[in-house]
Amino acid sequence: MAAMTSTLREQPVAPDSESMSGTVTPAGGRPRGRGRLSRNWWGYLLLLAAALAFVLPLYILVTTAFKTNGDIYSWPMKWLPSELTWDNLVTAWDLAPFGDFIANSVIVTVVGATAKVVLAVFTAYAFAYLPFPGKKILFVVMLGALMVPGHVTLLVNYITIGNMGLINTYAGIILPGVASAFGTFLLRQHFLSLPKEVFEAAEVDGAGHFRKLFSFALPMSIPAVATVGLIAVIDEWNNFVWPLIITNSVNMRTLPIGLMYLKANDGLTSWGVLMSGTLVVVLPMLIVFLFAQRFIVTGLTGAAAGSGR
Amino acid sequence: MVSATTAPPKASPPPSSRRLSPALKKRRRRGYALFALFAFPNLALIAVFAYWPILENLYLSLTSWDFISPEPFFVGFANYTSLFASESFRNVLWITLVWVVVVVGVSLLLGVALAALFSMKLPGTTAVTGIVFAPHVISGAAIAAVWLFIFDQNYGLARVAFNMLGMSSPAWTTDANWALAALLIVSIWKGVGFVAIVYLAAMQGLPSEVLEAARIDGAGRFQVFRRITLPLLSPTTFFLVITQTIGAFQAFDIIAVMTGGGPAGATTTLSWFIYDQAFQRSNVGYSAAAGTVMFVILMAITALQFKFIEKKVHY
Repeated sequence: MAAMTSTLREQPVAPDSESMSGTVTPAGGRPRGRGRLSRNWWGYLLLLAAALAFVLPLYILVTTAFKTNGDIYSWPMKWLPSELTWDNLVTAWDLAPFGDFIANSVIVTVVGATAKVVLAVFTAYAFAYLPFPGKKILFVVMLGALMVPGHVTLLVNYITIGNMGLINTYAGIILPGVASAFGTFLLRQHFLSLPKEVFEAAEVDGAGHFRKLFSFALPMSIPAVATVGLIAVIDEWNNFVWPLIITNSVNMRTLPIGLMYLKANDGLTSWGVLMSGTLVVVLPMLIVFLFAQRFIVTGLTGAAAGSGR
Repeated sequence: MVSATTAPPKASPPPSSRRLSPALKKRRRRGYALFALFAFPNLALIAVFAYWPILENLYLSLTSWDFISPEPFFVGFANYTSLFASESFRNVLWITLVWVVVVVGVSLLLGVALAALFSMKLPGTTAVTGIVFAPHVISGAAIAAVWLFIFDQNYGLARVAFNMLGMSSPAWTTDANWALAALLIVSIWKGVGFVAIVYLAAMQGLPSEVLEAARIDGAGRFQVFRRITLPLLSPTTFFLVITQTIGAFQAFDIIAVMTGGGPAGATTTLSWFIYDQAFQRSNVGYSAAAGTVMFVILMAITALQFKFIEKKVHY
């Protein structure tokens, strides 16, 4: 795993590989022989601008969450808070059942993502190593689900879940999202890339499919499984429209919906309170992203076609 | 756990390990049963929650229903005729078109520019890349909340920017002339990092000899980018146009939190319309008809681009 991460890491930052901006031959006749910094000053400037455009909103979010109302509602804008306060967070908790929101989000995310990964692993193993008549067609049909736009399925899924009597339940929130087509695809490809000698040897030793899956295929696929799992966690945590539709009581709302509830409930929008609630929604995924960036980036850039399914 | 390190991401030729062991019939049947046990729960969920909705939605679009009365009432194509006869729905389609074209167009332009910047590998690039990508993994509802504050006419960051230009900030989300622009900015801000990363990965896969050769032949940096890098990136561009278009059509959380489709329908895209008709007005058939319209548009785009890709992607 360490080996894999380091190879992934190396590519974007390899200092000695020649880039477009790399050593320009003086023979080109361009007056560019000066130092790297002076030659690329505009590059640094643009990089700084890009960083600012994305850091500034985050800075506003964090500082406003802990600013006093006096600081928030003053002009010219106070870039640095004159004092820090927990009042906004306390008020958010008073105005909306944030404890429930957090519990709901955690339950839905943990159960939903786990179920999704388990389904993906078993299905991927089946498609990689088990026989079934018409397996190839079945696989294509499964992949076809990636092209179905999720927004078009909302209405009928709402009716289906209603007929099952699961509206406003955790099962109702979780069930339609646990089907995994992209995760299955990713893991199947990975399983098929594993050295087949290992499986043949295991077979000779009399290992059944369960042993082959749990003792060989899975341990050799930890990075791929982690990628599928992390994407599932992010999707479940951030999911908005489905929990909005399928829950109808405040105490069943997940955090993103709770945020909208808070916004509607704090009267004339109180920015400090709203930002502190927003921070609660943002922080967990930001931390996950910080620690697992490379899995997430490689997974998401591949998963783009999947639209969360 | 050590064995994990021995699993390199191989790009080996398609595996040939699918040959069945010369087993007995009984063993094969056990294999079938195990396949069913392993795969059918997932496949059943996909059938029920991804494929069935398309068919049922098609049927519902030919009915009139309010969720409450016992049976949907069959009305034929009445929903479609009234949809396309209605001025407001044509406006919805127009707003959706503007939304998709601007989101996809600007995201791709900014994304490729950022990728070019990142590929210069200046010190600090890795950190900035992470920061630019981060909004992609953050809840759209949360991002919408932050930007609501930024767009606040009196105390928001946008006022700082407008004051610097000697103007006063508009009321953004409550002003019908500005609301769509506000949402577009937020949507692009959230999504551009993803586009940049995909382009960056593609650029790093380009044959560096070609680029070097062009430079040696005296081509300028911009010329190389325009004449060589961009054409070589066209498969990536096609991929991004498809996925970003499909994503933009279904944008929802930012709209829900920031404007709720308003003011006066100024930000009602097709996705908001579908939600609004079904879940706020209980016009099930009408919403289903709009859903079918979205489905047909997205399938057409997908098909069109698959066809285009076959022709153009490989040089």
